[in-house]
Amino acid sequence: MELTKEQQALLDGEKGPTMAKVMKTLVQYGEVFGAEKMVPVTGEYGHLVLSFGLTFLGPVFDLYQKLIDDGCLAGQKFTCDPRPYDKNVPQNALQKTVAKFVFGKQARYEEQLKKLGILNDDSYTCTCYLDEIGNTPKEGDVLSWAESSAVVYANSVLGARCNRNSGIIELFGSVAGYVPYFGFLTDDGRKADWIVELKTSRLPDAQILGSAIGMKVMEDVPYVKGLDQYLGTELTDAAKTYLKDFGAATASNGAVGLYHIENLTPEAKKQGESLIRENAKVYVIDDAELQRVKEGYPCVWKDLNAAPKMCFLGCPHMTLEQLIDWTKKIEAGLKESGNSKVTVPTVFTTSVGVMKKFNQTVYAGRLAKTGVIVSYICPLMFMDTPLGQHEPVITSSNKLRTYTTARFYDNDEILSIITKGEK
Amino acid sequence: MREFKGRVIAAGEVTAEAVVTRQGFNTLASMQMMFIQSKTKCVDQSNPDIYKKILMGKALCLPQTIGSTTGGMFLYSAVQSGKAPACLLFSKEIDSLAAAGAVLADVWSENAKMPTVDRLGDEFLEYVQDGDTITVKPDGTVIVNR
Repeated sequence: MELTKEQQALLDGEKGPTMAKVMKTLVQYGEVFGAEKMVPVTGEYGHLVLSFGLTFLGPVFDLYQKLIDDGCLAGQKFTCDPRPYDKNVPQNALQKTVAKFVFGKQARYEEQLKKLGILNDDSYTCTCYLDEIGNTPKEGDVLSWAESSAVVYANSVLGARCNRNSGIIELFGSVAGYVPYFGFLTDDGRKADWIVELKTSRLPDAQILGSAIGMKVMEDVPYVKGLDQYLGTELTDAAKTYLKDFGAATASNGAVGLYHIENLTPEAKKQGESLIRENAKVYVIDDAELQRVKEGYPCVWKDLNAAPKMCFLGCPHMTLEQLIDWTKKIEAGLKESGNSKVTVPTVFTTSVGVMKKFNQTVYAGRLAKTGVIVSYICPLMFMDTPLGQHEPVITSSNKLRTYTTARFYDNDEILSIITKGEK
Repeated sequence: MREFKGRVIAAGEVTAEAVVTRQGFNTLASMQMMFIQSKTKCVDQSNPDIYKKILMGKALCLPQTIGSTTGGMFLYSAVQSGKAPACLLFSKEIDSLAAAGAVLADVWSENAKMPTVDRLGDEFLEYVQDGDTITVKPDGTVIVNR
């Protein structure tokens, strides 16, 4: 790899041996993918995936402490994924004790984040790109982010340029100020390897469509035709909300870091089919294919007929529009069933920024009356405890399903279960 | 006995028993419970190839890793804590998350290492089976004994 004088100086130890190792890691990582140079990070803010003080990740916190001790701090402020627990989310005494043990390094880690450069105390969310949080990159910005759902959104919907960086690597990019130039940073890396032809009878569930595409194309770039007939050709709030959930499913059920939606996402609008590689493979999706994918989801509950003990919606964090929409749906569902409150303890997760805005609307009080709790936590991390793994939790998030034992139902089924007590 | 040659991502020499996934290895979904397990076992309900199988100390044979971008830091922590697979052997080109884990372990770990080889080819993953004895050489040669 050819380095500039400044980059070579970092590698040679001009700013100390720890910074030299940071640079060495980035160079070695880039060389794996044939990167011939490093380029400056131009996005205003970074985003980190690690937000939880998981006891097991001690080696990571030790490494971060070394960065702090040796003055290798981020050269840009950053946001961070959601915190793992919230006292407002129902837990029994045993679960609370276990969570305290599992996330025993939380306080230490949050102190480290303050020193390393977190934007502010409300910056913990996986949807950092929403207006309410303010970490919204511009088209063409080079980013050093991790968090698969945020990276795929930034690349696809915002037109920024970011690789699917791992945790630690993304912080190293913010510390050094440079990232290796390969993959989604290059024009060629943003070309589509797959054409997805959508032939469904209606707008598919974003979570199932994203899952189907992720499992088929894995790490490749899909160019999706036919979705614009339902989402339109402008990135409205509704379209962006749909693409947030769609992208998260492509990234977690596969390894998609960039997708193009014909006539809708920025590069597809500008470049059209010239984005598609020669000999791109074709994947046709119809109603039957989506049903096949959904029916293939395994469930490892010990008792498949167990009554759900909790329902989580909001992985990735919900938008303001989703909170309002679900409030109306739940009210209507309860009215129809004659119940006054949800029949399964239900938690909606969202960012602090969106929560503050939601609390200024009439819907916050109305949602609270239905018994639904709104929290800023990461449901995935909340469930990622020895006890959480055994709880019969339901969700309409394909990301949460993938990483935990949560059982997947589509949004209509979830609504029916939590308002009527049945599918 | 079959011999395959790949590209070295993190050099090392090791012999271990094979555990094979022919679908993408979801690092977070597979390894998230390793901190309470005496030996790291796969807990990814979506991967029938390796669900509930021991990963720690094994030669993990896989096409690529998928899923959460915590993947690299989980691999790095597993190496530092002595709970990682003995080596990672990729049939395809390594992905960015696994590459991060392998490089982080290579640069920042004093003693523990996780030799990593990619581009071993589809034939490698078609041939290798659970229980095979795998020897990895520093030059990227992978020997499969049955």
